[in-house]
Amino acid sequence: MNDQMIQAVPNTPGVIAGRIFIYGLLILMTFYFLLPLIVMVLTSLKTMDDIRSGNLISWPTEFTLDAWKAAWGSACIAVECNGVKTYFWNSVKIAVPAVSISTIIGAVNGYVFSKWKFWGSEVFFTFLLLGCFIPFQAILLPMAQTLGKLGLSQSLAGLILVHIIYGLAFTTLFFRNYYVSIPDELVKAARIDGAGFFRIFWKILLPVSTPIFVVCVIWQTTQIWNDFLFGVVFSAGGNQPITVALNNLVNTSTGVKEYNVDMAAAIIAATPTLLVYIIAGKYFLRGLTAGSVKG
Amino acid sequence: MTSLVHTPTARKKSLFDHLEIFLPKLVLAPTFIAGIIFVYGFILWTAVLSFTKSRLLPKYEFVGLYQYVKLFTNDRWWVASKNLLVFGFLFVVICIVLGLLLAILLDQRIRIEGAIRTIYLYPMALSFIVTGTAWKWILNPSLGLERLVRQLGFENFSFDWLVNADMSIYTVVIAGVWQSSGFVMALFLAGLRGIDDAIIKAAQVDGASLPRIYWRIIIPSMRPVFFSAVIILSHIAIKSFDLVMVLTRGGPGYSSDLPATFMYAFAFTRSRLAFGAASAMVMFGAVMAIIIPYLYSELRVKRNE
Amino acid sequence: MNPKLLRNILAICLAVGMLASSAIAGEVEVLHWWTSGGEAKSVAVLKDLLEKEGHTWKDMAVAGGAGANAMTVLKSRAVSGNPPTAAQVKGPQIQQWGDEGVLTNLDDVAMAANWDKLLPKVVADVMKYKGRYVAVPVNVHKINWMWANPEVFKKSGAKIPTTWAEFETAAKKIQAAGFIPVGWGGQNWQEATVWESIVLGIGGSDFYKKALIEADPEALGSATMVKCFDTLRMVLQYIDKDAPGRDWNLATSMVIQGKAGMQFMGDWAKGEFKAAGKKFGTDYIAMPVPETSNGYLFNVDSFIMFNVKDAGAKKAQKAMARLIMEPKFQEVFNINKGSIPCRLGMSRNPFDFPAIYSFDTFEATAASGALLPSMAHEMAVFPAIRGAMFDVVTNFCNSSMTSQKAAENLAAEVKNAI
Repeated sequence: MNDQMIQAVPNTPGVIAGRIFIYGLLILMTFYFLLPLIVMVLTSLKTMDDIRSGNLISWPTEFTLDAWKAAWGSACIAVECNGVKTYFWNSVKIAVPAVSISTIIGAVNGYVFSKWKFWGSEVFFTFLLLGCFIPFQAILLPMAQTLGKLGLSQSLAGLILVHIIYGLAFTTLFFRNYYVSIPDELVKAARIDGAGFFRIFWKILLPVSTPIFVVCVIWQTTQIWNDFLFGVVFSAGGNQPITVALNNLVNTSTGVKEYNVDMAAAIIAATPTLLVYIIAGKYFLRGLTAGSVKG
Repeated sequence: MTSLVHTPTARKKSLFDHLEIFLPKLVLAPTFIAGIIFVYGFILWTAVLSFTKSRLLPKYEFVGLYQYVKLFTNDRWWVASKNLLVFGFLFVVICIVLGLLLAILLDQRIRIEGAIRTIYLYPMALSFIVTGTAWKWILNPSLGLERLVRQLGFENFSFDWLVNADMSIYTVVIAGVWQSSGFVMALFLAGLRGIDDAIIKAAQVDGASLPRIYWRIIIPSMRPVFFSAVIILSHIAIKSFDLVMVLTRGGPGYSSDLPATFMYAFAFTRSRLAFGAASAMVMFGAVMAIIIPYLYSELRVKRNE
Repeated sequence: MNPKLLRNILAICLAVGMLASSAIAGEVEVLHWWTSGGEAKSVAVLKDLLEKEGHTWKDMAVAGGAGANAMTVLKSRAVSGNPPTAAQVKGPQIQQWGDEGVLTNLDDVAMAANWDKLLPKVVADVMKYKGRYVAVPVNVHKINWMWANPEVFKKSGAKIPTTWAEFETAAKKIQAAGFIPVGWGGQNWQEATVWESIVLGIGGSDFYKKALIEADPEALGSATMVKCFDTLRMVLQYIDKDAPGRDWNLATSMVIQGKAGMQFMGDWAKGEFKAAGKKFGTDYIAMPVPETSNGYLFNVDSFIMFNVKDAGAKKAQKAMARLIMEPKFQEVFNINKGSIPCRLGMSRNPFDFPAIYSFDTFEATAASGALLPSMAHEMAVFPAIRGAMFDVVTNFCNSSMTSQKAAENLAAEVKNAI
């Protein structure tokens, strides 16, 4: 909605009532969205006695940061009692290469699908998109077998490879939709001038790609950082990402559950993605605005 | 436009032409190979497995349609399939409606737009393993919302969907909508902001009211956004695994089971690998039957625009 | 010194060093799901013992679903040709893994330590594949326990029940006094845990064997089974309506807080009472599930050992198997975990009363033949059949299915799953 539209509407009581209604509805919705986070934060600040004797959703009788300290540094996850910090860095080691490589490949793919179409490229793109509908549980065993044959089973490289492969469909989709909105004339003119494939990419498309790079990085980081299934099946002890550690901490089968430490650990696990969303949020919108959503 | 390359024209031309034909295909080659092996190759592998009698690990003794027959006489599979239709439909529709509504509201030049937008968007940043426990407590009658409202004085308030076999799938919808509608809202907000002002101004000059402008002009022009949203949401709905496992574990009984959790339980936990593979193939087939026509119609429209 | 000579000496030292170390110590990669609290402490004990002998322990912990996630990981690794050295697998699944031909032979360790004499036959048989040991048992959990809050019973004027008829009387009194008779967690494994104890109590050991171990369709659809379902339906009248989906520890907490009178749960529930500072005998008591005082449903956790090529790893594997069955580990591990040693003839002294009772019953039933594997805890039937039984029982508990229909469904589903 642009400014001219707003100025054209007078400030009558009807309009003010309308504004109140709009704000009211928006704020009501914020409660719906914030509710689980509030519950988690409150629980992480309680003591175990409080949790055991009180309700699970109630105001703490005393506030303590013990659960947080334990979650980061001393909670026992199987035989290691060092909290989640090593797993946190493992996730970083997995996410950074996987996100960057899949984004770059997606960018080049998107470039080809939008500016260098050839016979069968649309069909190929459709099949690429279709492929992202298989549930990942179905590919666990064949992927394990393939990685085994490649000598990459239970290795960091293998896990990163898996993330890259299954991220390609979406990264390509994002970049293709974005580049489609860049006028073909620009590319045609450059080709007449004698510019080649990579030159055009480097000089014309990349410079205006920042918003969509941000969108892609945000999406991929979210998917990869929060992934549990691939992380648990394709990694080995030393490389497990934080989602696996969190699951181990929270899902004890016959032991005593310490809900406050679990919640603190869960929030620690979510911090990077939350930060990415908060900081890069406005770029996210800018990236989506600049044509990425238009078919 | 400045010239981008200093390549001497005549000599290298033919080599360049050659390269130009191959380069795009060369660039796509890794993705192509990855798609063939790791997506469609594995689907084929799953299909082959569904015709065997594998239990714990793959064993290639073929038994024809044995597993499929067992699948269609399995009560739990029908419950899971029905649930996917209910959940998928409600999830996609509610997310789109809610996302669109919130986007339109946010588009009205709200002061604290940035903060509210982040609040709506953050659920997608969190893995459901993280937030699922909180939702389980909130939706549980004796621990959460029902108890809270009753304590506030409304003695007759009842919200026991989570523990009710008929209603449990709807709690999965509630949590799912919470997680994804913010992202849809962002998509629509971006789409709204990309609309050409001239059309709107012309409509206002003609005397059209705001709601009418939205209904007649703005929403129809966002068809591509609807397309992206439907693709992303249905992909999330079909893959919903953590959502069910953490919130209801498929319960009470198996009333909130979904095909993805069904497949996992039978293929892995119950060591009936071929049976699980059959369920994966049926699910994949059903999804294709719906998505392919949709993709075809949308992409064809785009080409004609 | 002559550089060439120095280099040669260094090379020889290195070679000898490597030879020596690879001959003595190896690495065991262990897949398990004991990831938290008391469970993790117990695993740490084994790790320490192993490391004291010079081997290294590489941990591969995967929690969730009481092993469901771990089994997925294990299968993926087996398919990729890179299985861990040892994995926590229990029950008939051990035989299924044996069928795949990937397990190693532990007979040399077993003979040396005389495992056949140290384990009841019914337990030893689960650890063997085609007569040879492929797995080593770690502990024994008793499943058919009933935990009760004496305060609640006193306030209601009810008596702790030993039969199902007494249970009904007591439950009615507790309900009338405003408490919840049974703290219940509506998850399929918990429902199955109560159901199998009922089957043992009402049907007896022989019926339990036919129905839940041999999965005989006739027994499953029989009138006795209908009676079992009737009893389950009766028990279900005394749970609260918010039970579906509730975790077992939250149900225990209901008993701890005095909101509920009893809970049917295995011996690990003791951990919750202890953590809340409750005293056995005064704040809580433990009784066998009604009508099962002469029976013992067991859950034995065990590790299977895979065929590995590395000589060091092989040695470490055998060391691990040997250490697990030795008294030191058996004692410390089980005190931490709340279970009892599977090794016969251990001293009762360090254990508390519920465990001592468990000891006694274990030995008595081993002799009488009433020591039976728990179906609900993966000890009795293959996972496919267990899954089918679970589906019917959980459906029964969460719908208004009749007992007759339940028994019919049970027979049909189990036949379908074979």
